[in-house]
Amino acid sequence: MMRLSRTNRTPLSEWWWTVDRWTLLAIAGLIVLGIVLSLAASPAVAQRLNLPNFHFVYRQMIFLAPALVILIGVSMLSVRQVRRLALIVFGGAFFLMLATLVAGPEIKGATRWLSIGPFSIQPSEFMKPAFAVLVAWLFAEGARKKIAGVPLALALYGAIALLLVLQPDFGQLSLVTIILVALFFFSGLSWFWIGSIGTVALAGALMAYSFVPHVTSRVDRFINPESGDTYQIDRALDAFKAGGFLGRGPGEGEVKRILPDAHTDFIFAVAAEEYGVFAGLMIIGLFGFIVVRTLMRARGESDLFVQLAASGLVLLIGVQALINMAVNVNLLPAKGMTLPFISYGGSSLLAVALTLGMLLALTRRRAGASLAQPMAMGRAFA
Amino acid sequence: MARGFSSQQGRGSRAAGIGYDMIARPDFASSGAAQPDARVLDGGRRRLSLALVFFVGAFAVVAGRLALLGAASDADVRHAYVPPAPVQAARPDIVDRNGEIMATDIITASLFADARKVLSPGEAARQIVRVLPELDEEKVRADLSSERAFVWLKRDLSPRQQYAIHNLGIPGIDFRRELKRVYPNGRAAAHVLGYVDIDNQGISGIEKYLDTRGEAEQGKPVRLSIDLRVQHILTGELSEAMKTFSAKAASGVVVDVRSGEVMAMASLPDFDPNDPTASSDFARFNRASLGVYEMGSTFKAFTTAAALESGRVSLAQEYDAREPIRVARFTINDYHAQRRWMSVPEIFMHSSNIGTAKMAMDVGRDEHRAFLGKLGLLTRAGIELPESGTPLLPHPWTDISMMTISYGHGLSVTPLQVAAAGATLVNGGYKVTPTFLRQKVPAAGPQVISQKTSLAMRALMRLVVEEGTGSNADVPGYPVMGKTGTAEKAVAGGYSKKSLITSFLSAFPANDPQFAMLVVLDEPKGTKETFGYATAGWNAAPLTGRIVQRIAPLLGVKPAERWVSPVQEASLIRTE
Repeated sequence: MMRLSRTNRTPLSEWWWTVDRWTLLAIAGLIVLGIVLSLAASPAVAQRLNLPNFHFVYRQMIFLAPALVILIGVSMLSVRQVRRLALIVFGGAFFLMLATLVAGPEIKGATRWLSIGPFSIQPSEFMKPAFAVLVAWLFAEGARKKIAGVPLALALYGAIALLLVLQPDFGQLSLVTIILVALFFFSGLSWFWIGSIGTVALAGALMAYSFVPHVTSRVDRFINPESGDTYQIDRALDAFKAGGFLGRGPGEGEVKRILPDAHTDFIFAVAAEEYGVFAGLMIIGLFGFIVVRTLMRARGESDLFVQLAASGLVLLIGVQALINMAVNVNLLPAKGMTLPFISYGGSSLLAVALTLGMLLALTRRRAGASLAQPMAMGRAFA
Repeated sequence: MARGFSSQQGRGSRAAGIGYDMIARPDFASSGAAQPDARVLDGGRRRLSLALVFFVGAFAVVAGRLALLGAASDADVRHAYVPPAPVQAARPDIVDRNGEIMATDIITASLFADARKVLSPGEAARQIVRVLPELDEEKVRADLSSERAFVWLKRDLSPRQQYAIHNLGIPGIDFRRELKRVYPNGRAAAHVLGYVDIDNQGISGIEKYLDTRGEAEQGKPVRLSIDLRVQHILTGELSEAMKTFSAKAASGVVVDVRSGEVMAMASLPDFDPNDPTASSDFARFNRASLGVYEMGSTFKAFTTAAALESGRVSLAQEYDAREPIRVARFTINDYHAQRRWMSVPEIFMHSSNIGTAKMAMDVGRDEHRAFLGKLGLLTRAGIELPESGTPLLPHPWTDISMMTISYGHGLSVTPLQVAAAGATLVNGGYKVTPTFLRQKVPAAGPQVISQKTSLAMRALMRLVVEEGTGSNADVPGYPVMGKTGTAEKAVAGGYSKKSLITSFLSAFPANDPQFAMLVVLDEPKGTKETFGYATAGWNAAPLTGRIVQRIAPLLGVKPAERWVSPVQEASLIRTE
């Protein structure tokens, strides 16, 4: 491998010395874990579906190469280019989401997918990071009174929310809502407004509970397990107990054979059964590290847009991972949310790569970006 | 650098303005336009810190919960995984050639418990054992207290038992529908049918064959060539003979001489395929198609046919049987020694080893061997059953091998192969390939022996029954023809005079052969009625007669009212 000297001014060298290499390392760790765990979890599911054993593994591998290209490529962009990319991706994803309503096949009662050749993509996955960046930009510009940032952001959110309700996809909708509220919060919205928005969100959640039957049933089953079938979550809990701290060993897991979503929503349980609670703690640690480190860097950021966009993007990953893992350990009612980089899913993988690529691009060291002394930063993370 | 400078200012203001933030939070909409970024950044920074605290807390809670779950590690959870019930494809029914059920599936219920949901194991165990007294209450209680998610209590319940258990209303126990293979005829044709394992997979006999067939043929009932009536008679008579002659074992095969369909095949002692493990390996061993034996004098039929077929030996040919043949360290002698010159029919009738060996010498080693090969006696029979024995050939095949094989020693084959070869001898010379499946269009095999030789063999075999060693096999109305065989069993270092394997290769009716049969008795003893003799003529031959007498009418064989024996021609050739 070629050595990159700090005096080397090629784009690659520039990138290497400015990118947040600790976060990059954590991401690499997640990717490697994702491959190992997809080998563990998905053959059992493939067997159950009468597919070749490594069907899901191969498909995940096929998506891995473009995901890496996206991750590295996007992380090389400048702040301005990230903004433009977000605009383009948002436009494209919005158009494709409209198209799913017309042309998308119905899978498990929802139209979220578009078939392209042998693969299908879920445009809403790509919409999320683009939305976070655009809202951050609107807020930043709005703060300077250049444009009416808040109304525009709310308009964007309204359009997205409508499409997501029509699909329907309440998981993505709640994520998008959380991002919007968080960015409002970070951009300094008064507590009164935050309280109001919180009330509205709560009301929305209550309405979903009252009027959407499967939400009702999931929450009921969470609050009172006796009220219905808690099969998946019971098996997931069994898996954690069976695994103990050190796990049963690779391939020894049993829960993957019976959980329908072993390779997606419940891969965390599969991982913990085979590789032990320590492996689970490692996954939590990696996500926690990425989130905490990015938020700390954002805190020391001088550019409002970069601060908001980076926080929004990392929240997207962090909240999604948190919800997924919390559901796995029965701290939240069952919600179909994938574990970024770990769960099977091509769209999810590419979108996560896009999200983290943008994040890395925004957190690259720029002249004058940080409030902290470079030495102080170094010490904080030494 | 301008931005960097302003940032430094922003940082300074934060350091000084904590109290300010607390008291009057800047609303970005109304905040001063001078340094909007800096003010908003200030507020954002505080709130990012809050978010940090929230995330650290949330990740810590999930991690803590995970650690608690890990600490609650429980070895018993290992049983939480219930292997999915194997998709039990219903096995096809097996019926005999007349459509009688030989094997079928019935649906049974099996009782299992999810011990985690059983409320009071002691009480539940007491109630269950009251309905199923064969269960051990202690064990049931232990199973119900095991906290295991799945534990079998009893498999294959009767509907009445299931009803009674159901009425107990015990929580945490349930039934699983299972298919169970049933053989309503018990031991009949057990070795042909084979049996299945606990998961209903065929592991021997036709049952195993069914599992190896292609998908397309699955599901439909399988019609065997077996005729249950003939099977019962064959098994019954063999069993009687075994008792009468205190034999260790017995086997028998009845083959249609044209189609090769096996009408009946028995190997005794046998077993009940409904409960195969209750019987010993000795009983489960298939002597009729898997066991290979030196068949003794029945082989003289094949040697004689080879001699006639070669064209170098005629019926009228005479051989000197006055002296035993001494080759190397072997001496070939006769059991029913006549000590004279004998014609071919006489050699056959009196079963002369000397004469037969000399006939084989006239045929020649390679031709004799090739002839046995044509009859399918040198290679494993390609039958449906996985239990198909491979013949044991001498290595090398010397002239001495040829001479001993000529009268049935030195070559081990299965009884089924001998019966099929015997059928070929008498059916006009068409190769018979045995099969256990009913043939819709019986196909004649290629002609491997000339019509003339086949006719001569019929005459010779009939002669054996009319006047020779097999006279005890004769049945009024159904002219039987055949050849006795008494082989000394090979024991360490040679042959035992005491342990015999006796056999009788037969076909009937001699006027129009339709069925060939071979019966074999393993170590029969002499009785008062046989004057102490244990040779084939005294046990296997009369056994054959009794079987033919009972099965010929069932098989639709017309009694021969006025039949001119072709043997008369053969019997003319006498030296006496």
